[in-house]
Amino acid sequence: MTALLEVKDLQVRVEDREILHGLTMTVNGGEVHAIMGPNGSGKSTLSHVIAGKPGYEVTGGEILFKGEDLLEMEPDERAAKGVFLAFQYPVEIPGVTTMNFLRTAVNAQRKARGESEYLVPDFLRKVREVAASLNIPMDMLKRGVNVGFSGGEKKRNEVLQMALFQPSLCILDEMDSGLDIDALRVAADGVNALRSPDRAMVVITHYQRLLNYIVPDHVHVMSKGRVVKSGGKELALELEESGYAQYEEAAA
Amino acid sequence: MNVALAKTTTGAVLDGTFAAARGRLPGVGTVAETRQQAFDDFARTGLPTRRIEEWKYTDLRNLLRDVAPLAPAPDQAALAQAAKMVETLGTGDTQKLVIVDGVFAAGLSDLTSGGGVTVHALSAMLDDATSATRADLLRSRVADPMIALNAAFATDGMLVDIADDAAPARPLHIVHVATRPGVAAFTRSLVRIGNRARVTLVESFVATETAKSYQAHDAVVIWIGDDSDLQHVRVMEDAGDAANIATAIVTVGARTKFNTFSLTTGGGVSRYQSFITLAGVDSELSTNSVHLLRDKQHGDCTFVIEHAAPNCLSRELFRAVLDDRAHSVFQGRINVHQIAQKTDGKMMSRALLLSDEAEIDNKPELEIFADDVQCGHGATIGALDDSLLFYLRARGLPEKAAQALLIQAFVGEALESIVNDDLRDVAISAAERWLETRA
Repeated sequence: MTALLEVKDLQVRVEDREILHGLTMTVNGGEVHAIMGPNGSGKSTLSHVIAGKPGYEVTGGEILFKGEDLLEMEPDERAAKGVFLAFQYPVEIPGVTTMNFLRTAVNAQRKARGESEYLVPDFLRKVREVAASLNIPMDMLKRGVNVGFSGGEKKRNEVLQMALFQPSLCILDEMDSGLDIDALRVAADGVNALRSPDRAMVVITHYQRLLNYIVPDHVHVMSKGRVVKSGGKELALELEESGYAQYEEAAA
Repeated sequence: MNVALAKTTTGAVLDGTFAAARGRLPGVGTVAETRQQAFDDFARTGLPTRRIEEWKYTDLRNLLRDVAPLAPAPDQAALAQAAKMVETLGTGDTQKLVIVDGVFAAGLSDLTSGGGVTVHALSAMLDDATSATRADLLRSRVADPMIALNAAFATDGMLVDIADDAAPARPLHIVHVATRPGVAAFTRSLVRIGNRARVTLVESFVATETAKSYQAHDAVVIWIGDDSDLQHVRVMEDAGDAANIATAIVTVGARTKFNTFSLTTGGGVSRYQSFITLAGVDSELSTNSVHLLRDKQHGDCTFVIEHAAPNCLSRELFRAVLDDRAHSVFQGRINVHQIAQKTDGKMMSRALLLSDEAEIDNKPELEIFADDVQCGHGATIGALDDSLLFYLRARGLPEKAAQALLIQAFVGEALESIVNDDLRDVAISAAERWLETRA
């Protein structure tokens, strides 16, 4: 069986600095992987490179998504193929209503896949249903994308998109940053509802806290641009006790 | 017939050609005398150059070189082409008044009067020898060479009277259609609105496929009475190699609302200069102007607002989206007269540059003689935000679509200022046409 995501010996530079020095990991459908590590270990860089953010130079290795070379694809092609990055800091887009944005994005992805566009009533019904489950009032969707949203609302808006687009790979970049416990729980419930045998998730986080709500199958510890240890969910608890210091030394 | 105004290298105008054009120009006696005076005024400077402060960024002598010969009156073929063009405007149910190559086309127009609305062709009124004031139709309170040139050559236009308390159900819609290459059309319209009236006025500038390298010279003079409301929408989609030099002169009464929107996507060289006087107390003025320009288009939007009465509010919003080597100019002048206490005037210009070679010039000017006023201006210039672009692309929007969405958002605030749904859709469609044809 082809893995959903295969990252092989990935080396990435930003300007003159190498951030990832040969990172390897494999994610299969249905699995939830957590990537933990101290600040500056390269966690977010990995998520950005998978999503196709400009400004990163891949100097070695490869990323395969369902067996295809992901690095050859434009960011929008990756999205249409089923890659979704939930941003650590979702941007605000004044002047574009959330509803218009969602419809434009869904239809762009469907068009890229050769599917017909959503009919407006069908789309509205779907959005209403998902928004209700995430406790997002419809009024919020009439406002500019993320404009005036609280931290929790922004993250719920990311989960809303995930639920609408139904991607096969979700990368959650520091979803817990800036959220209180209640907001975190709502967002995590939304993510958990999307767990399915043909969808994988990569949860990037600094703290173990998030993993109480989104329980991973595998945990990887990153330090200085490499995965330095992999294990089951108990590894996260272990880290909570002992901290990252031992791994930083190990990687050095 | 050659009516081109040949000029010497010093810019002096040889006026023999004006005399030659006279046979085509409506009105004799005082009208003809007024035209001659206007022509003499123009001839003193010729086409304005950068040495005239008001035209500093739009040097017409350099950009236009010359005034093109007067367009011949439209024949049946031109009228048929224009009729097709008018059908595609999609402005909903408006009372259309169509001017083809500078001549009022009665057959394409709806001259229905009633409900307090009276409509005439300007040419007929200039020819009306029984009117003692017909020459006034060519006069204006603003001294400017291009307004003078317009008065000298104006062949036609609309004269619209809206009675007190009138509220016409349909917007009045003046449509300018150009059908011929290499010629100039001179039009002038006057709109007189009474007290307690509610009116929507639309102006469209379009061209058929045969019209290239032509010049549209237009002037609109508007008076709005007290306690009235005028919603004004102007969409200029002239050919990309044409010139459109237009003036609006508006006088606003007391407790009146004037909301004016203009969108410029056409014209290789264009200037829309608007002189608005708030002459009565407690009035509100809102101007929203959008430039969507590319290639080597040069667009100039100039506003001169006179706060001549106390307690009026003015808001000017300008948005420019510039691609390739396009050049946009925004000049905003606010004059607050000594009597105009409690004036609240603000203007804001924002430009989005899509290429390294695009250029914008902003010139705000405030002249304040009253001591209890609030006046301000601001300007921003920037490129599309890369982080926003990436967010949209990560959600599946191809690059051009992501850019288009951000551009729409950028001009959205100005487009949303149009109250009438049909007309807002017309402006949005024109903006979308521009976006769809981006290379």
